[in-house]
Amino acid sequence: MALTGVEIFKLLPKTNCKKCGHPTCLAFAMKLAQRQATLDLCPDVSEDAKRILGEASAPPIRPITFGSGDKAVKMGEETVLFRHDKKFVNPCTLAIELKDSLSESDISKKLDEVLTSEIDRVGQKLRVDAIALTNASGDKGKFEAAAKLISSKASGVPVILSTTDPASAEAAVKLFTGKRPIIYGVNASNAEAMANIAKTEKAILGVVANGLDELSTLTEKIKSLGVEDMVIDSGARKAKDIVENNTLIRRAAIKKNFKPLGYPVINFVQREDSLYEALIAAVGITKFSSILVLISIEKWKNLAMFTLRQNIYTDPQVPMQVEQKIYKIGEPTAESPLTITTNFSLTYFIVSGEIENSKIPTRLAVMDCEGLSVLTAWAAGKFTASKIATFIKESGIENEVKHRELIIPGYVAIISGSIEEKLEGWKVTVGPREANGLPAFLKART
Amino acid sequence: MAFVAPKETYSGKVYNVNIGTGDKAISFGSENVLPFHSFEGAVPNKPLIAYEIQDVPPSDWPENVQKPYSSVSGDPVTWAKFCQDSLNAKAIALRLLGTHPDRENRSPEDAAKTVKDVLAAINIPLIILGSNHAEKDAPVLIAAAEVAKDKNCVIGKAQEANYKTIAAAAMANNHKLIAMSELDINLSKQLNILITQMGFDKERLITDPMCSALGYGLEYTYSVMERIRLAALTQNDLTMQPPMLADVGMYVWKIKETQAPESDVPQWGNAEERGIAWEAMTATALLMAGAELLIMRHPKAVEAVGKVIEELNA
Repeated sequence: MALTGVEIFKLLPKTNCKKCGHPTCLAFAMKLAQRQATLDLCPDVSEDAKRILGEASAPPIRPITFGSGDKAVKMGEETVLFRHDKKFVNPCTLAIELKDSLSESDISKKLDEVLTSEIDRVGQKLRVDAIALTNASGDKGKFEAAAKLISSKASGVPVILSTTDPASAEAAVKLFTGKRPIIYGVNASNAEAMANIAKTEKAILGVVANGLDELSTLTEKIKSLGVEDMVIDSGARKAKDIVENNTLIRRAAIKKNFKPLGYPVINFVQREDSLYEALIAAVGITKFSSILVLISIEKWKNLAMFTLRQNIYTDPQVPMQVEQKIYKIGEPTAESPLTITTNFSLTYFIVSGEIENSKIPTRLAVMDCEGLSVLTAWAAGKFTASKIATFIKESGIENEVKHRELIIPGYVAIISGSIEEKLEGWKVTVGPREANGLPAFLKART
Repeated sequence: MAFVAPKETYSGKVYNVNIGTGDKAISFGSENVLPFHSFEGAVPNKPLIAYEIQDVPPSDWPENVQKPYSSVSGDPVTWAKFCQDSLNAKAIALRLLGTHPDRENRSPEDAAKTVKDVLAAINIPLIILGSNHAEKDAPVLIAAAEVAKDKNCVIGKAQEANYKTIAAAAMANNHKLIAMSELDINLSKQLNILITQMGFDKERLITDPMCSALGYGLEYTYSVMERIRLAALTQNDLTMQPPMLADVGMYVWKIKETQAPESDVPQWGNAEERGIAWEAMTATALLMAGAELLIMRHPKAVEAVGKVIEELNA
């Protein structure tokens, strides 16, 4: 378990020498506890203290980079069980399963799906991150041939090589030297051989066991063989077991600092029914999966999974913001109404949703207020008459609309007069206080 | 190092809420653990999904979710029977949208008649919802609650602006009550307290912390629900122990992702499957956050989420 500031303080020299840049040792200890400073800033700390603090400050879930280059994904490093406590750190990797028993053209088709899966959503590029090649044929030659196809056609995409046969794993992994692949299928009977391959090829091991007890023993064994980069599979396949095991793993790692389970979790959620598979994936996304392996990646399904992953992994302490600009809802003409609000994403979503409901084509000017809602932004001096006037003038909207009327949220009715003073030639109309009044308000104007 | 499963015991418990009458009455809530954590406590009931219907034809719904009901949705009674008999609905949520002043502005008497007719046609539990117009909902829901007396329905939604009259009507006619506040755990707690201070039994409440669709603030609803549930279980906060509602369909089927045709956004794929997935995934995420009562629209989304609930309990 992470040490508290006071526990850390007891291990420091207590000289208040300020060499670390902090006024006192206690202040430094507090920063260390919050992971906002590192111990190497203290020149006088004892070796003993370094050892104890080093162990305690290692992240409870091991950080691992899977793949290499610009498509590499980071996993692990999580620090909490609930996203409202602190941001979930590294979004779950989505991988598609390719069986080596598929024909070359089928594999190529799936690879194309992976390579064209990227979608832009509120400024983030989201995609299917990885490929999981499984040795369904049981044949080493076929496994190697399929791996070769992947390495040539989808070079750069992180790869999971799934086989329990060390010889097959070795043949395939050599095609991804330096690319940090995962060899999945490591169990009690092949652990030595797999560990040797992983050491030589600098691969990550995907460790599978039946239950958490067995899994803990196995990761300890592999660690003693010299491999520390692992992803772990408790054997859970049913949704209920995925929730149970993923929860217990996350708790053991974070609350008990139980190192044998302090690794990213891989879950296999394959289902023949694509919608159903997406929903089991949703269970994994919300409940601590670091890698999810799926059978199919249709575009509609990807969009839903990517969006959920983005929602769950947003920082709860930073308001989500949308881009400052004038959004067109419906197909507004030069005569259509112009409304304004702030760029807090929830405000934007609710206001734009209600405007859509009204079915009245409208322009919605969204002003950057650092992600604050209307009243808060006004109170904080970010949604003021002069700032609104400047934004409207600089937006170029005067060239787009024929009228000069701006509809402001009812909550800031008080500034309507001063906007009119600062925005020459414009009339300001006070709209409803709540967004749900917008449909009636807009309809009444037509 | 030997592994010891870090199980938790909780001091609190979610209230058991039973709705409907006769052998089709059904319960939800009652667990004393986080969602689907049956490995460390008791989960006696499964979350319940209610099919949403409304008193006026669903011309405001996107085409892809109107379609499954095209032959029945002209009349709420036929629609309700279709959900019960053909879709095997376990509960129905009747939204009295036609009473909204900006819609048909139907009278409380008209609404009460619809409720009476629907109740006469079905034997599964009924959830009766207003049009979300705080002022109009008060007389509408009073009339509805009276005509449904002793049918053990759910009445909603009581909000800060109108809870007194609606809670009184639910109490006088032996119904359960949905208390809705806007995405804030403290507002939610406060409203539950205000309602119970009127003498309304807290074990007859359902909390609606306000739903949001996947991609449109879902993370807010998700975290408010998680926090409410943690307060109920770990702090034994009695005001936070009613089961929670996720009113999914209404929020999901108005956003772009459930409407835009594939020809407009080819990178988003098939529009019909996308809409169904959007509703089902929003619902699944909120189940994981603690929702016990879901209101949904598309039969395929309901079916898929029903399967997930089975697998989470199996």
